[in-house]
Amino acid sequence: MSVDSQFVHKVWNDQELSKMAGKDVPFHMASDGPGNVGRIYGVYDENSGVELRGRFIIDPDGVIQAMEVLTPPVGRQLDETIRQIQAFQHVRATGAAEVCPAGWTPGKKILKPGPNLVANVWKEWSPLKDH
Amino acid sequence: MSESSGGCARPTGAMVGEPPQPNEVQEEAKETTVVTAKVGSKAPDFTAPAYYQGGFTEVKLSDFLGKWVLLCFYPGDFTFV
Repeated sequence: MSVDSQFVHKVWNDQELSKMAGKDVPFHMASDGPGNVGRIYGVYDENSGVELRGRFIIDPDGVIQAMEVLTPPVGRQLDETIRQIQAFQHVRATGAAEVCPAGWTPGKKILKPGPNLVANVWKEWSPLKDH
Repeated sequence: MSESSGGCARPTGAMVGEPPQPNEVQEEAKETTVVTAKVGSKAPDFTAPAYYQGGFTEVKLSDFLGKWVLLCFYPGDFTFV
């Protein structure tokens, strides 16, 4: 989503993105011309009239699980976004019985919250081994 | 997803999956443009015109309930993301 019109989105897809990816953009390219949506998400910059690089992970219940907002000059890291989605999906699939510590990727050590874990994380998880 | 009605993007005034709030609250939110997106809370719902695989359409966030959604803002077309 950006303040560009859906018509400009089409030209960007046709003239550049489709050539970069070898196919059309597979998701909706939404237009927020007046910045109305960007404002309620806290990413519309009134001074420059554009939207910051805001990224929101929204779960199947419509709950925002994560957000990241960068100023325009620096781009994002898609791998990290995918890692976070995989971690939230894992937590959701286990009904939060299992949680994902720092640096978790699929297959890595999970933690099971509970009284036995208190003050024992150091036994279960090592920043050198499990990160 | 309906055909584009030609209108601007606008918040519906409700959170995703929640019933709309009374009109007066919506009006107030519109005037002060309060940031209502909060991690751990329901996402503010909105509709927006969109380009999608060869056609113009209208996208509504709450239509994606039941799926994981990645909502990305960026400064402008023809820049990196």
